[in-house]
Amino acid sequence: MRKISLLVAGAAVAALSLAGPAQAQRRDLVIGMALEPPHLDPTAGAAAAIDEITYQNVFEGLTRIDGEGQIVPGLAERWDVSEDGRTYTFHLRKGVKFHDGTGFDSADVKFAFDRARGADSVNAQKGYFTPIESIETPDPATVVIRLSKVDGQFLSNMGSGDAVIVAPESAGGNRQAPVGTGPFRFSRWTPGDRIELVRNPEFRDASTPKLDKVTFRFIADPAAQMNALRGGDIDAFPLFGAYESVPLFQADSQFAVDEGSTEGETILSFNHRRKPLDDLRVRRAISHALDRREIIEGAQFGYGVPIGSFFPPHREGYVDLTGVYPHDVAKAKALLAEAGHASGLRLTLKLPPPPYARRGGEIVAAQLAKVGIQVEIIPMEWAQWLEQVFRGNDFDLTIVSHVEPLDIGIFDRDPYYLGYRNPQFAAVMAELNGTVDPAGRKALYERAQRILTEDAAAGFLFQLPKIGIRKAGVAGLWKNAPVPANDVTAAFWTR
Amino acid sequence: MRNAGLILGLCLTGLLAAMALVSFFWTPFPVDEVRIAARFRPPGGANWLGTDHFGRDIVSLLMVGARNSIAVGAVVIGLGMLVGVPVGLAAAARGGWADEWLSRATDLVFAFPAILSAFLITALLGPGVVNAILAIGIFNMGVFARVTRGAAQAVWRREFVRAALALGRGPVAVTLVHVLPNVLGVLTVQATISFAAAILAEASLSYLGLGIQPPAPSWGKMLHDAQTFMLLRPSLAIIPGLAIALAVLGLNLLGDGLRDLLDPRLRRSR
Repeated sequence: MRKISLLVAGAAVAALSLAGPAQAQRRDLVIGMALEPPHLDPTAGAAAAIDEITYQNVFEGLTRIDGEGQIVPGLAERWDVSEDGRTYTFHLRKGVKFHDGTGFDSADVKFAFDRARGADSVNAQKGYFTPIESIETPDPATVVIRLSKVDGQFLSNMGSGDAVIVAPESAGGNRQAPVGTGPFRFSRWTPGDRIELVRNPEFRDASTPKLDKVTFRFIADPAAQMNALRGGDIDAFPLFGAYESVPLFQADSQFAVDEGSTEGETILSFNHRRKPLDDLRVRRAISHALDRREIIEGAQFGYGVPIGSFFPPHREGYVDLTGVYPHDVAKAKALLAEAGHASGLRLTLKLPPPPYARRGGEIVAAQLAKVGIQVEIIPMEWAQWLEQVFRGNDFDLTIVSHVEPLDIGIFDRDPYYLGYRNPQFAAVMAELNGTVDPAGRKALYERAQRILTEDAAAGFLFQLPKIGIRKAGVAGLWKNAPVPANDVTAAFWTR
Repeated sequence: MRNAGLILGLCLTGLLAAMALVSFFWTPFPVDEVRIAARFRPPGGANWLGTDHFGRDIVSLLMVGARNSIAVGAVVIGLGMLVGVPVGLAAAARGGWADEWLSRATDLVFAFPAILSAFLITALLGPGVVNAILAIGIFNMGVFARVTRGAAQAVWRREFVRAALALGRGPVAVTLVHVLPNVLGVLTVQATISFAAAILAEASLSYLGLGIQPPAPSWGKMLHDAQTFMLLRPSLAIIPGLAIALAVLGLNLLGDGLRDLLDPRLRRSR
């Protein structure tokens, strides 16, 4: 795979150097997405689709995460960290303006962070802001943030979509008409169809962006995704869903295929609040009933790396725990009988629209049926899933990919849809949050993974791949997805 | 050769019924068995018509799918006749304002195309086989009410009905003894044709994810799943498509043939 990607990168560079100024290049780009966001305020929602439109394009944070997952300067051009690791001094870029013309300064940073950590905050990652003890603004270009304890993830968290800077003048309207500092402005939203962004002519760097207009179109159905690409309606589909047709695109010189990875751990979530899923034996039985290889092959056409816990295989600190619950029907049945369910069980499986969930769900249901668990599949739209499952906690089982980077801490979150409680795990998370030294963090991540696996806290399936399909002339898109984003600030046409 | 259509219709419908019946006792493979290693097998070999993207046997899926189609069709027709026939008979018997009201009510049902009202109902009540049946059934109530009323009105004008009335028989007795037996032929024909329409409607709803829910097999769902793999394995789309087409064709031929047989006056001029 690496070889292929090097070839693709080489081809892109070659194409770049060959492209002469003679040809008129297109200045617009149409990007396909499977999911439509519920709204467009990344500081007020967990849906990855919000970040996939606004991150870096419309909104920026103090730091930013680049396509390789590195932390690079964002609205802060540099920062100093005190000796004790608890005081961060951010030096802000000057001359930055929001899209509504209002200026950006340290007061906006203070406003945005106070809003995110306030009592009535609806930020999906409120935990990112809890270590903040005080925010001081000695002058318009300087922000001093004092933390109550050392936080090894702080700079990375500040580069997430949840920590982008919003202005007091416009924050209230960001859900429908986002106003940020990025190189693109929000232009239009046709619900159910598309969202359009246009170039921000007043962006501080005149050479960014390279495009005049970017359109995000929403196509949930994998077959329709393929047709839209082949029909030329869409220029790039960064998170392509119809894996079975990837070979067709690979064979077609008009398209390029990028095989990367996301941070998305795809899991069969258990509702730990409900019987019988609060019983460890039942959860272990389900884990033994699952056959990851078959799920990845059947639902993903082989694209996806198996996981045995809640940690991406490409990250430092990963432990391979995929062998802890080998696929074993007899063992699963025995565990169910031990838990008093020898005569079988009935559970519901609520499935959001992505193909990994819908197709994966059918295979999971078939696998569970073999051990005597009858699963009723309930397919639902994304909004319905967020309301019923994610917020309403009304489910037995669901399949979803958690795409935030290094988000193992969600199992310690309360309240959260998983409803998982384990004091031992909570202690490891608390220790992790106070640990900066990389070796110490690595050891803690390993322990956390082992606890979740031991507890069969979820049915761990696979790491969601990022299969991107683009027209051969499109360049500058991310290959991997270290954070949920379609950063088009550097995208351009080579021909 | 006039009955060629009827015979072909009988054969196709018989095949459909046989497939469904046999599926209760036997299918070539367990229908819900996912065998990823065996997916996308081409037709021929152990899997006569090949396997789908989960490695499930197409013949088995078709057989159980036929059973589900027939079950939906039967319940829908039953529901439509149970409500529609009494309404139509009453309208024809009473005439006047009752006829007017009942006819306008069926017009109201007709005003919404069947598939659109099915969307509406499944959108309100959620997808699922029960709601799909309800949606298609409601439309059929109107169909049967209208057909029954028309046929019954014609019977009411006949001499033997006049005679029965003159002899002092009440309208209920006349309806049951004289009118109903004389509209049964028309109703049989209508039931056959409505059956075909119901199979088509169920397939459409399942294709759109509003009908029979996975993992239960359904022809419409097979067609939907096949859409993604159309370029890889066209047979996956062609086979359930053919099954739907042949089932509908068979039932329609049967309906036409029965009409010719049961009511020669309705026979089309040739």
